[in-house]
Amino acid sequence: MATAPAKNDIAGAFKDAGFWALVALGLFLPLIGFRAVQDIHNELTLETRWPLLFAFVAIVAAGRLLHNLLIAPWRERRRVAARAAVGAPHWSARLGSVLAPLFIGFALAYPAIAVWLAGAGGAVKWIDNFGIQILIYVMLGFGLNIVVGLAGLLDLGYVAFYAVGAYSYALLAQTFGFSFFMLLPVAGILAAFWGMMLGFPVLRLRGDYLAIVTLAFGEIIRLVLINWVPVTNGYAGIASIPRPTFFGIPFNASDEGFAAVFGLPLSPIYRLVFLYYIILALALLNSFVTVRLRRLPVGRAWEALREDEIACRSLGINTTNTKLTAFAIGAGFGGFAGAFFAARQGFISPESFTFMESATILSIVVLGGMGSQIGVAIAAIAMIGGTEALRELDVLKEVFGNDFDPTQYRMLLFGFAMVLIMVVRPRGLIAAREASVHLAARKKISGALVREGRG
Amino acid sequence: MTSLLCLRGVKTYYGNIIALRGIDVDVREGEIVTLIGANGAGKSTLMMTIFGNPRAREGSIRFAGRDITGLPTHEIARLRIAQSPEGRRIFPRMTVMENLQMGAAVRDGGTAADLKRVLSLFPRLADRLSQRGGTLSGGEQQMLAIARALMGRPRLLLLDEPSLGLAPIIARQIFDIIRILNERDGLSVLLVEQNAYHALRLAHRGYVIVNGAITISGTGHELLARPEVRAAYLEGGRR
Repeated sequence: MATAPAKNDIAGAFKDAGFWALVALGLFLPLIGFRAVQDIHNELTLETRWPLLFAFVAIVAAGRLLHNLLIAPWRERRRVAARAAVGAPHWSARLGSVLAPLFIGFALAYPAIAVWLAGAGGAVKWIDNFGIQILIYVMLGFGLNIVVGLAGLLDLGYVAFYAVGAYSYALLAQTFGFSFFMLLPVAGILAAFWGMMLGFPVLRLRGDYLAIVTLAFGEIIRLVLINWVPVTNGYAGIASIPRPTFFGIPFNASDEGFAAVFGLPLSPIYRLVFLYYIILALALLNSFVTVRLRRLPVGRAWEALREDEIACRSLGINTTNTKLTAFAIGAGFGGFAGAFFAARQGFISPESFTFMESATILSIVVLGGMGSQIGVAIAAIAMIGGTEALRELDVLKEVFGNDFDPTQYRMLLFGFAMVLIMVVRPRGLIAAREASVHLAARKKISGALVREGRG
Repeated sequence: MTSLLCLRGVKTYYGNIIALRGIDVDVREGEIVTLIGANGAGKSTLMMTIFGNPRAREGSIRFAGRDITGLPTHEIARLRIAQSPEGRRIFPRMTVMENLQMGAAVRDGGTAADLKRVLSLFPRLADRLSQRGGTLSGGEQQMLAIARALMGRPRLLLLDEPSLGLAPIIARQIFDIIRILNERDGLSVLLVEQNAYHALRLAHRGYVIVNGAITISGTGHELLARPEVRAAYLEGGRR
C-alpha cells in the first residue's frame, strides 16, 4: 500500500487515517447522511442522519489507524519471518486434515446440541435458519467448486441449476406424486443435462467471455421461469410442494404422522432434524465424490485444464469432454440442492433464483479458497451464518437507535469481509491444497509458495 | 528407411494470412531433425500444425503411415507424438509429480517405471517432486516440460525452442539429454531452435524455413557448412 506510513511514523499514521476519514465522509455522505422519507402527506422529505454518518466515518478512521499502528507493522514482521522460512508449509496447510473430522463430528451432533442448549422449541430456529440454511450453501459451494475451483471455468449463472433442480422436483412431485427420494436423482440428472446444455456453446470461451455467457444463461433460466406461466406459474411461484416423508411416514399432525406413529409429542422439530440430516448427507456425499474425483484421471484433468488448456490438449486430454463433465457434475450437485430447497420450503418462485444467489455462492467459493472443501464450508458458515446472526444483534439498536435494522447492512458487511479476506489472504481462507498423487510421504502444498502465472 | 512423420504441401493460415506456404518435411525413425529459421518464419506454426491446432488447410500430414491431418489434437497426442511446447506450458499450481502424471494421461497402465526412467534423466526433478511447477526455475521448468512429454513413451518428440531463456550450461545439458534419448532409446526428435549452431550439430538433418517455406535442407553438417546458412543464422549477430 503506497499510502501506508513507515513503521513508528505515528504522525503519518494519523494523517493517513484522517485522509481515509475524508474519503469515507465523501462516500457515506450521500449514502448514509441523507435519507428520503415519506411524511404523513405522502410527500418526500429529506432527512439527515448526522450521528450515524459520524459513527461510520469514525469507524473507518479508527480502523485505518489500527491498521497503520498495529496490523501493518505486524504484517511486515510476518513477511520478513516468512521469507526466512520459505519452504515450510503455511499453517493453513495443516488445517484441512485437522478440521475436517472435527467439522463432520460437529455437524452430526449439531441438532442434538441445539436441542440440548435451546430446548425443542428454541432449537427450531437454530436447526432451520442456521443448520439447514448453511448446509444448502455448503452444498452449492461444493458443487460450484468443481466448476470454478477445480476446472477453472468461471460460472456466474450457477443459480440456474439450483432453479432447475427446484422446479424439477416441485413440478414432478405435484404432477405425478413421486416421492422426494425418487425425484432427487431425477432433479440432479436434469440439472446435469442443463449443465451440458450450457457447456456446449461455451466450450471455446474462457475467462471474461465465459463469465458473461454463464451470467446470461442464469438470467435466461430465471426469465423463462417468470414468463412460462402455464408451467411455472410465473411470479406467483409453486406452492404446497410435497414435503419429504420419513420412509413413507409424513411429518404432520395426523394419526399416521411421525409423532403419532412413534408416540412422541407433536413438534416441528422432527421434520427439521430429518431435513437437516438429508442435506448433511447430500453435502457429505458431494464432498466425498469430489475428493474421489480429484484422485481420478478426470479430476486431475480438470485441474490441468484450469492451468493450461493448450498443454492439456497436447497431452492427449479431450478438453471438450473434460469441460462438459465438470459442468454436468457441478450442475448435478446444484440440482440436488435445488430439489432439497423446494422440498424444504414447500414454496418456490423465481425470486429465490436471482443473480444475487449466484454471486453469494461464488463469493463463498472464492473466499473459502478455490478448490478447498473445508475452506468453502468455513466461508459458507461465515457468510450465511453471519447473515442470520445479524438478525440476532438487537444490541446494535441500542447503539444506533431504534430504527436501525442490522440485516440491511448485510451487503456492506459482505463487502467488508471480502475486502478484508482478499487483503489478508488473497488466495482464500484455505489456499493450500493436497497433492493428488504422492511418491512417498504426503506433503501439503502451500499457496504461499506460488505466485500467479509461470515464473 | 520409411518416414515416421511426413508432411507434404502443408499450408496453414491464420484467418486469411498464410503462415505456411506448402511445407514438405520428413522425420525418419530414429532421427533428430531440426528446423531453423528467424522469428516469425513459421517454425512454431509448423509444430502446432502437426498437432492440429491450427489445422492445415491444404496438404497432408502422415504419422507412421496414418493420415493425421484432420484428427483433433488430443487424438494426435494419443498416437504417441509428444510435444514440449513453446513457452513450456507446465501446470504451475500442480506439483512436479502431478505434472509428470499428466504426461502419462495418453496411455493406460502404471507409471512407476516411466517415472523412474524420466527421473534418472532429470535427477534435479526428483528432489522437487512435491513442489509446485510454478516454483521451479526456468531450466527446471524446461526439464519438467520434456520429462512430462517423455512420460507417455512417445515415438516422436516435438521440441519447441528448448533452450529459450536458459543459461548456456543448462541449454547444453538439455541438448545432451536429447542426444542420449536419441542414441540410447532410438527416440525420433523434431527440434525447433533459434540456437542454430547447437541444433545443427546435434541433428542428423536440418531444414531452414524462411517466411513460411523451406528454402534449404540437408544433413546437419552440410547446413553448418553452407555460406548462406552461416551468414543468416550463425554469424548474423557478429556481422
